[in-house]
Amino acid sequence: MLFGAFQSTDGGFTLANLEEITKEPHRTSFKTSIEVSLVTAVLGGALGFLIAYSMIRDGTPKFFRTAFTTFAGVASQFAGIPLAFAFIATLGTIGTVTQFLARLGYDPYQHGFTLFSKVGIEIVYLYFQIPLMILVIAPAIDGLKREWREAASNLGATPRQFWRHVGLPVLTPSLLGAVVLLFGNSFAAYATAYGLTGGSVPLVPITIGFYISGDVLSNPHLAEALALGMFIVLAAMMAVYVPLQRVSSRWMK
Amino acid sequence: MRRRFSWSAGIWLFIGAAYFLIPLIGTLLFSLKDGQTGTCCSLENYGEILHDPAFWKNLRISAVLAVETIVIALALLIPTVYWVHLKLPKLRPVISFLALIPFVIPPIILVVGLLDVYKSSPTWFYAQPYGFLVAAYVILAFPYIYFALDAGFRAIDVHTLTEASQNLGASWPTTLLRVILPNIRVAAMAGAFLTLAIVMGEYTIASLATFDTFPIYLQYINQNKAYPAGAVTLIAFAITWVAMLSLLLVGRDRPVTVGGAK
Repeated sequence: MLFGAFQSTDGGFTLANLEEITKEPHRTSFKTSIEVSLVTAVLGGALGFLIAYSMIRDGTPKFFRTAFTTFAGVASQFAGIPLAFAFIATLGTIGTVTQFLARLGYDPYQHGFTLFSKVGIEIVYLYFQIPLMILVIAPAIDGLKREWREAASNLGATPRQFWRHVGLPVLTPSLLGAVVLLFGNSFAAYATAYGLTGGSVPLVPITIGFYISGDVLSNPHLAEALALGMFIVLAAMMAVYVPLQRVSSRWMK
Repeated sequence: MRRRFSWSAGIWLFIGAAYFLIPLIGTLLFSLKDGQTGTCCSLENYGEILHDPAFWKNLRISAVLAVETIVIALALLIPTVYWVHLKLPKLRPVISFLALIPFVIPPIILVVGLLDVYKSSPTWFYAQPYGFLVAAYVILAFPYIYFALDAGFRAIDVHTLTEASQNLGASWPTTLLRVILPNIRVAAMAGAFLTLAIVMGEYTIASLATFDTFPIYLQYINQNKAYPAGAVTLIAFAITWVAMLSLLLVGRDRPVTVGGAK
């Protein structure tokens, strides 16, 4: 059954009219999807790394690590419709934080902000991207041995020099791999964006959804072609991720 | 060389905690607002949801789907992983690679393929959530259950246990059910709780294949009733919490690593 499902996904692809998806408006969908994924992967990666490092580094009470790891485990699973609504209730037009800010005299919706836009989607995606980054990068940070830092500082290195010459070079493959994973995670997401915008921002998964279910737009072959396009992007991502994973596991023994 | 709790670490942890908690607190306050006046605080939104028969109906469908998915996935994978560890260790990398496929083929792609493949299957399968959706969810659950079981089997001595059991005259089914199963119980439960969380929250496939599950109900309420939607969102979040915390609790006796990419 497993095999059948995957093979036929491939089988269906070959029939699809691939030419159509390289033209507008699908070109824009791919561009928007890739842009959202890049922004949330890089920002989520950076924030996730800083939070993970802060919870692990010497001097931070152990309690923080347990709390953040537990929460990250739950939050990385907390995507989709409930997540979208949690943000609508918080930052939507009548959301609690929006109303709070409005009472303080600064209504974000008067200043061009809206949650139901590309920026809004990015803010919401970060809610599962940051926790995923924390979970993925924590083992790599554990691999940064304390002896290296002590050796570096004994040799007179400043913290900045330690990061420049030891820390970052060792972590680079892990960081890149994690960011690639985050990219795929965001690129593939459908329910969250749909729950948030109802489809007004044309991401590729949203467009596929329209072609499958829409009464007016229904066109399963285009959906298949778009799905193939997504598959190619995600397969390329895996092709980058797997070797990076292998390199980064070198320091984790 | 002990170091003090640094300011910058504190700031980043604070930002992280704020980002995680503000939407939850925001939703909680939102769900407590009065439907008419929009002021705090009343529990009527929760009452409205709990008295809605559609809530219970869809919740029940999702719960049954979760149980069915867990049972089928475990029934397929426990014997498979057992056999691979016992007799075919060379196949382990192959299966681990297969388990990564659901990460490359996410639900939105999977549903396109599945709708096409099962188009001509009989109605009792295609038109029923307990047929079509479970087939899809077993695929989604595959990597999570597989990696949990794989870790569980790696932690026990499969060969010795099997030989001991066979020397005592046990048949294969007896070995599997009475010797192996109790030893990988924790791993199986870890996979099961993760699957529960996934199935209870899965929207993409259910909505595009037009089945009425719990997340579909959630989206319906979101679009139609603002304040009760806050209540039902928190209920959904509580389900995820319970599933994930149970996972942590069963995993406490023995560390179980779950999820390949996670």
